[in-house]
Amino acid sequence: MSVTINIPTALRQFTGGKSRVEVEATTAGEALDRLTAQHAELRRHLYDDQNALRSFVNVYVNDEDVRHQSGGDTAVKDGDTLMIVPSIAGGVTTEAEVAPTLPSLSNEEIARYSRHLIMPEVGMEGQRKLKAASVLMIGTGGLGAPVGMYLAAAGVGRIGIVDFDVVEASNLQRQIIHGTADIGRPKIESARDRLRDINPHIEIETHETRLTSQNALALFANYDIVVDGTDNFPTRYLVNDACVLTGKPNVYGSIFRFEGQASVFWAKEGACYRCLYSEPPPPGLVPNCAEGGVLGVLPGIVGTIQATETIKLILGAKDTLVNRLLLFDAWQMKFREFKLRKDPGCPVCGENATIKELIDYEEFCGLRAQPQQQPDALEEITATELRQRLDSGQDLQIIDVRETFEYDIARIAGTKLIPLGQVVARMNEIDPSRETVMHCKAGVRSAKAIAALKQAGFPGRLVNLKGGITAWSDEVDPTVAKY
Amino acid sequence: MIQLGGNHRNEIAAHSERDYPQECCGLLLGTFAEGGTKAITEIYPISNAREEEAKRNRFLIRPEELMEGEQYAATSGLDVVGFYHSHPDHPAVPSGYDLEHAWPLYSYIVVAVSAGVAQDLRSWEMEPDRSKFTEEEIWVNAS
Repeated sequence: MSVTINIPTALRQFTGGKSRVEVEATTAGEALDRLTAQHAELRRHLYDDQNALRSFVNVYVNDEDVRHQSGGDTAVKDGDTLMIVPSIAGGVTTEAEVAPTLPSLSNEEIARYSRHLIMPEVGMEGQRKLKAASVLMIGTGGLGAPVGMYLAAAGVGRIGIVDFDVVEASNLQRQIIHGTADIGRPKIESARDRLRDINPHIEIETHETRLTSQNALALFANYDIVVDGTDNFPTRYLVNDACVLTGKPNVYGSIFRFEGQASVFWAKEGACYRCLYSEPPPPGLVPNCAEGGVLGVLPGIVGTIQATETIKLILGAKDTLVNRLLLFDAWQMKFREFKLRKDPGCPVCGENATIKELIDYEEFCGLRAQPQQQPDALEEITATELRQRLDSGQDLQIIDVRETFEYDIARIAGTKLIPLGQVVARMNEIDPSRETVMHCKAGVRSAKAIAALKQAGFPGRLVNLKGGITAWSDEVDPTVAKY
Repeated sequence: MIQLGGNHRNEIAAHSERDYPQECCGLLLGTFAEGGTKAITEIYPISNAREEEAKRNRFLIRPEELMEGEQYAATSGLDVVGFYHSHPDHPAVPSGYDLEHAWPLYSYIVVAVSAGVAQDLRSWEMEPDRSKFTEEEIWVNAS
């Protein structure tokens, strides 16, 4: 049967401008199927995701609404005319209909969030979703600072913060949530005060604790989204696994020197951190920021990306960093992006996952002391002892294994500089007949230098300065700058 | 872009205030011009077809009302190029419900009415993929 379908003005852009389309059909439903087979773009306007005719689309066969006949099964015969007629619906979405559980906004909140409310992507509904949301931030350091401040400003209703640290002067170059007057205070107190000042309409929950395999699941269960602002591998794997096990999205960021990474690891929707890095790097291979340094503004950029992604997850945005790894290089000022894919063999989120509960992440990352593998115990000396021995006139040579630029910042008088990377090659500059004290910033690199020298067969006695030049400044000579 | 005549904004505002706290609605009659521009020549108020309790947050223009409007427009050589409605005590931003029920191509003017007084008036067009509304620039022709 040949039937003519009249196309309403609004939809003619999808029929190549045609106001009439002829199809062969025996029912109204079949006629529409034929039409949308020819013009696929039309379908989404006429039918919803469940393949039902949209409520505001009316179909008339010869001036009779098919809803009053047999619907899609209404018979059509040769020469019939089918009309698609819009009814126009709209209006404010009410609390009861869309979101009976979403909290409402006070007039002060409406005034505060007006720049959000006037964008349809947020609007009243989105702002109320933000208010209903809860986010747990791990750490209030370089990344946590902008994350917390922007989430608070955006009106995320409940923000939990986990930290156990105390504010130090060396934090303030990047951790802008803390101020000079906060030095010595617990970070969570300082962060809480700052966030309350930014937005008194939200709840701040403080957890002054180290995140551990014992407390992570219970903590995460109480929040919608977890934001990882940590700087070490054990905690990163712990956050990932706990997020997978509790089903929460993990908004990830990491920083080093001038480079940063960001992604959203959400096992339900895509790859998790272990799909990307199934094993941690060997201990010591990747230095942390305390050892390697970081441009102060870098966590500002990466942290605001994390805050943006968190807000988008709450609003239900489509184009998040799920299955995407964003790389940023501040020195070149370049962003790059890699596609991620869920690993079917992932030990925590894969099809045959072997990790069903949290493990010992220090051990997993090779950071537990394993005495049987270290027969040569490291001989150590404290800064105070070193001072005493020098004062009593003992013959010691002190080797500084830091980099030249660190040596320019601060040094211990009478030391020789041989950066870690050259220490084996320049072994002959160290007199094996004298006792040698090695030091670096905090004691980690000098311990490595000692191990490397022993490995290379250096015959002399090597002693590590515990706590490095930082301890020297603390215990012996406060005029030596800490950095 | 959408062009309004000199008095159209006031007519829509007056209708929205008259019907407050209920939602008002109506047709925008005019012509589709080059480059997606719409020129409005007449405002065509319609009573809200929704049942009484839903009128505060819903409007519905029934297909027969739209057809009547289209026929009326055709007598002057015009088309229905869009619709307007009010959001009592809400911003002039399309809601999720608006997006779910929108047609492509048409302009959707939303006027915010706060405590009975019309405020912002903004115009929106849905993206052809139904993903979102994009705001249109409103030009007012000097009358």
